[in-house]
Amino acid sequence: MKIAITITAPQTDAPADPRFGRAAAFCVIDTDSGAREAHPNPALEAASGAGVRAAQTLIDLGVEAVISGAYGPKAHQVLAAAGLGLYLAPAEVKELDALIERFQSGALARAETATNGGHAHA
Amino acid sequence: MKQLVILSGKGGTGKTSVTAALAHLATQGPLAKPLLLADTDVDAANLELVLQPERRERHDFIGGAVAWINPDLCANCGDCLELCRFEAIVETLDGYAIDTRACEGCAACVYQCPAGAIELRDERNGESLRSASRYGPLCHAHLDPGADNSGKLVTRVRELAREQAEREGREQILIDGPPGIGCPVIAAVTGVDLALVVTEPSLSGQHDLQRALDTLEHFGIPALICINKADLYAQGASAIEQLCRERGLELIGRIPFDAEVTHAMVRGEAVTALAPHSPASQAIAALWSELAKRL
Amino acid sequence: MPEPLRIAVASGKGGTGKTTLSSALALVAAGRYATRLLDCDVEAPNAALALRPSLSEQRAVSIPVPRVDEARCTHCGRCAEVCRFNALAVTPRQVLVFDELCHGCGSCVWICPEQAMSESEARIGMLDAGTTETGIDFAQGSLDVGQSSGVPILRALKRWTPAAWRVSPRIEIRDAPPGASCAVVETLRDVDAALLVTEPTPFGLHDLKQVVAICRELGLPTAVAINRDGIGDAAVEDYCAEQALPILLRIPLERHLAESLAQGNSLIEAAPEYREPLARLLQGLIELAEAPR
Repeated sequence: MKIAITITAPQTDAPADPRFGRAAAFCVIDTDSGAREAHPNPALEAASGAGVRAAQTLIDLGVEAVISGAYGPKAHQVLAAAGLGLYLAPAEVKELDALIERFQSGALARAETATNGGHAHA
Repeated sequence: MKQLVILSGKGGTGKTSVTAALAHLATQGPLAKPLLLADTDVDAANLELVLQPERRERHDFIGGAVAWINPDLCANCGDCLELCRFEAIVETLDGYAIDTRACEGCAACVYQCPAGAIELRDERNGESLRSASRYGPLCHAHLDPGADNSGKLVTRVRELAREQAEREGREQILIDGPPGIGCPVIAAVTGVDLALVVTEPSLSGQHDLQRALDTLEHFGIPALICINKADLYAQGASAIEQLCRERGLELIGRIPFDAEVTHAMVRGEAVTALAPHSPASQAIAALWSELAKRL
Repeated sequence: MPEPLRIAVASGKGGTGKTTLSSALALVAAGRYATRLLDCDVEAPNAALALRPSLSEQRAVSIPVPRVDEARCTHCGRCAEVCRFNALAVTPRQVLVFDELCHGCGSCVWICPEQAMSESEARIGMLDAGTTETGIDFAQGSLDVGQSSGVPILRALKRWTPAAWRVSPRIEIRDAPPGASCAVVETLRDVDAALLVTEPTPFGLHDLKQVVAICRELGLPTAVAINRDGIGDAAVEDYCAEQALPILLRIPLERHLAESLAQGNSLIEAAPEYREPLARLLQGLIELAEAPR
């Protein structure tokens, strides 16, 4: 399956970024083949609705699950409406390999609701 | 990392003077913690006037894009004038042009122009800055006079602040907020841990305090209140006390009217540093000890 | 119907006394001319506190936001692609619309290849109007909490002619928002003269310069009033002299005055001795506005 992790630079070995809408980039991983691609986050330049834009980007990339440190309410709503699985990266785990391993072993918590009060329009 | 924003609703209640004094107090004494300051009042950026920091970094701020009509391609059909909802298309002697002050960059005209004559062009709206002040780094910005997208520039300042605080291990970010309740305020309060609302006892101060508190409540941000020039109108101050009780909010400071506050501003100093024994300084020191407990 | 002479009172820095002066100017003007006052500070409207109009008319301000007919939608994603404000997201099963991000530009509706989108009005604020006992026609706008832009409210306020108003005012005074952003430009762009209220401090001067830059760009005749005269330094005076900005009024800081204004009194109620200087200020602004440019 195709999963995405928010990362701090558009490189496939960059550490995880705890933010979703304002994450620097996304690492898209095919868990079957192990192939990885880094995609810059187009929402970084957005004056408003960064979470919505970032969520749309992942939906358009055909991602089925997302791992990030936090989800704003709008991003959460969009991703959930598209049926993506939303998982929380523990703050201390920055390495992608470790996150993928935890994801595959079912050790990551699901973000059942938005995890921050709302980046209003930012 | 804790982020505290200083707000007011109404302008001119003393937000910036209080912020400078709190920055001074937060970095003094045995409980001092490494601090970072952010000025998010980007169209009236006054914190630097008190702190007189040394500038380290400056970047143009491209706030967004505005439409541009290519006169060589324009067929003068006037469709754009009809469809623009922001009154941003103006008729000129030889066709149509964009009023960039009114254009919101929605690009509706770009997509609808039958001649394909309109494009979006990036527009500079101001600059973002990093400086070093006597109380720690200052992240700030200047919105170009009359420019749009102040909310996005505030977001940029917040990002600079957060990034630098993380990098340098600074435990507190003190944010000087903008007046009002609109876009820049929303951007300034997003994701903060606590807001201190500095109000004044005047009727307008009370009125705008309510709107500021409604806004904070809307975004789920805990608020504390402080009355500046509290002795100017006793009844007004009691009305604010009453309001705090009704809303279940804590009033944690009363700063008396004190000419030393203006003197300090003129001298480019925090009032607590210039005149530590003045009535305002003592009240702000008491305010800080209450705030520090809650951070 | 002849257009009124429009005078905006702005300041840059908040709390310098914009509302105090705009309401006092309106009171003085109303003694001689048919006068209206527009409170353009839609984030913190306060002019009604001093003028105490009886507000008899109210109107909601809304913007058109998109609604999707899911029966026709093919989830092609064009609408989200063209939205510069990220107010739309398209999933394979549904379209989500975030009204609070929408600017109401209409672009998504026009681009939809299936004509599956229509528009519905979403409220962003209110307009109120009435008259004062002193005969001033009054209107104000107020932005709803949580909404980001007051500019559409300002535009609606400027276009509104409430039924309660007299037909043809000679003078229109606008109380501008603080700062120097797009809302200030929207307030100033079609006035005949601007009065900038400042205080003689570094903050006052810094913020004054920002608004002067806007006035210069708009080519507006501009004058200055110094409030709390004597509290700071002489830098504002020097700047005004250098920029050839006439200083038409000075109000020294007096505690009793500050106390009375805080209680919601107008400047004329708080200090009747200002009636004469205010009349001269109004006259000066009218002359400035009518002078050939």
